[in-house]
Amino acid sequence: MILRKDLRLELRTLETIPAMVLFSLTTFVIFHFGLNRATIDGQLAAGVLTATLLFAAILGINRLFVAERDQGGFDAFLLAPVDRTAMLFAKAAALFTFLVVLELISVPAFGLLLLGTSLGGPLPGLILVLLLANLGLAVIGTLVSAIAVQTRARDLIGPIIGLPLLIPALIATARAIGPILAPGSSGSPPGKWLAILALYDVVFALLAYAVFDFLLED
Amino acid sequence: MPQRLTTHGKGLRGLALATLATISLALVLVFFYAPLDADQGFVQKIFYIHVPLAIVSLCGFVFGALLAAGYLRTGDRRWDMRSYVAIHMALIFGIAGLITGSIWAKASWGHWWVWNEPTLVSYLIVLLLFCTYQPLRFSIEDPERQSRYASVFSVVAGAFVPLNFIAVRLAQQYVHPRVLTLSGGHLPGSMQVTFLISLLGIALLYATLWKYEMAAKNARSQVRRLRRTLLGEDTMRPVGRSAAPS
Amino acid sequence: MRVEERLVTEPPAGDRPAIELRDLARHFGERTALEGVTISVPEGATLAVLGRNGAGKSTLLRILATLLRPHSGQARLFGEELPRNGYAVRGRLGLLAHEPLLYRELSGRENLTYHARLHRVAPERIEQVLQAVAMERRAEDPVRLLSRGMVQRIAVCRAILHDPALLLLDEPRANLDPAASELVEPLIGRGAGRTRVLTSHDPQAALAEADLVLALKDGRPAFVGAPEELSENQLKDLYA
Repeated sequence: MILRKDLRLELRTLETIPAMVLFSLTTFVIFHFGLNRATIDGQLAAGVLTATLLFAAILGINRLFVAERDQGGFDAFLLAPVDRTAMLFAKAAALFTFLVVLELISVPAFGLLLLGTSLGGPLPGLILVLLLANLGLAVIGTLVSAIAVQTRARDLIGPIIGLPLLIPALIATARAIGPILAPGSSGSPPGKWLAILALYDVVFALLAYAVFDFLLED
Repeated sequence: MPQRLTTHGKGLRGLALATLATISLALVLVFFYAPLDADQGFVQKIFYIHVPLAIVSLCGFVFGALLAAGYLRTGDRRWDMRSYVAIHMALIFGIAGLITGSIWAKASWGHWWVWNEPTLVSYLIVLLLFCTYQPLRFSIEDPERQSRYASVFSVVAGAFVPLNFIAVRLAQQYVHPRVLTLSGGHLPGSMQVTFLISLLGIALLYATLWKYEMAAKNARSQVRRLRRTLLGEDTMRPVGRSAAPS
Repeated sequence: MRVEERLVTEPPAGDRPAIELRDLARHFGERTALEGVTISVPEGATLAVLGRNGAGKSTLLRILATLLRPHSGQARLFGEELPRNGYAVRGRLGLLAHEPLLYRELSGRENLTYHARLHRVAPERIEQVLQAVAMERRAEDPVRLLSRGMVQRIAVCRAILHDPALLLLDEPRANLDPAASELVEPLIGRGAGRTRVLTSHDPQAALAEADLVLALKDGRPAFVGAPEELSENQLKDLYA
């Protein structure tokens, strides 16, 4: 995927990731005050973490195609003799990467700031769930961003379409993480929810693949 | 763009009459035939309108998604028009379904909204999603791109409907009480009959309204076309809203 | 020889025209952008497309670039039918558009590297074109720091990087000073032997370079033929 290099090159600008990280950290603070608790754990913690990551992701999603749209990147790509779905893969991969970087910083921060139980035990399970969740976020995010970037109300349309679509993934993620963040848990996430997340990812990845061409052509 | 548009007017009257007849029959059955529910009393009768509205609207969304797929495959904008009408009609039915559901909830359980009804919750999520359909359409100016993007959205959203219901159902502890057990065949015969007739009535209503709106839009576009040909481009006022064909 | 005659007889395989349009039309909603465009351009020739703003020049260029699909009529590039076989011809097209199609935060060289990868062009070629436009020294600077003339030069590089057989030029001399114009001439000018389609706000300059002229008025062809046959009056009428 040649395009992946292109997107790595773009990381030079480094606008999106710091914003996402900062946003998530601030949100943790807000939750602390909003919930007025010293620490949280279990399902509540899972909910807070998942919601925060989701909203931070929205920031990234909004920006994903902006450069392409404003600087003629679409045209340049469309002129090349490459398969158009390459852009889907490349952008989704980029978003996935952004999310991973985001989580590398936010999750430890979450552990420090809000979480009552220790992070060490549940960490492998957490990583697994988050990877699956990121996949879903990346696919839907790319799809929604591609749609939104061509509309007038760019920043608004993306989230309002994306959030409902992401709710099942959100449910699955929060439910999968909940038990493992509870005190005294075994650290392995419930299989049922992992399966649902995986199913969700697969279904939407296929859908996105089928449908993406239509978004680029004219 | 030279394109023969069907008027969709054929059969409209017949359909409308059938709808009227079925709904009248359903009303009669609801009020005079179906027995009073032991626990909920008279209020339970809202079920006969709420559930059909919900079912028909969900089917409407999926129907709209299929029509949209037709557009993506053929590029013929008539499909997009059909899809648009299907979805926005389904949305109206859906909101009505949500409101009646809320009324029913209040009347039987005392709350306007209950979270432990996975069906109702899934339903809300689906409606939230489809509420974005029209803003999406309005914010894209180029008509062809608008049709294309709206169709992509419809297809994805249509696929989302079943996924969503599964996910939410699994997330909730409780099954939607009464309704699904009722429509799962535990209904006594008389209720079943009434329910089915109501369902049929609402479905016919949807079909009639769909056809009606298609006919109206087609007529309008043909008038515009004539006007443009006869009077010239300058007298055309811009349409301003959503899916207009050709 | 008039263009219409060339259209009527079926050209033998080796003699196939680079561009062949028959009754091409394209709408934007209810507005007609192009209608009834018919023309045949042999390989190696230069077609000048003239007309006012909004006459449909850019739309035509974008259809030729396979970025837009025609709504009716036929379009063939090098014998391949558009839009169906657009994939097959894309590698042979180069587009120099209003926007430079470069990422502003990346350097010239990085932009060209990206395009080279997209078109599977060897990296040495990048240096070659950079030198040809005398931009090797500034190639490391992010594009947003370059002057418009420099940006246009890099855009030219991008357009010809993969040595396209068909070059589509939308106002190519815009933003170029005479010195830069001279540098760029061997790359995008007649001498390079490519088939070219160019639009220009300056009809005289375009006519000077053209083998064939297509004049558009409100999306419809007002004149198709050799430049000598275009009269003064017709020209004035076009831009009226």
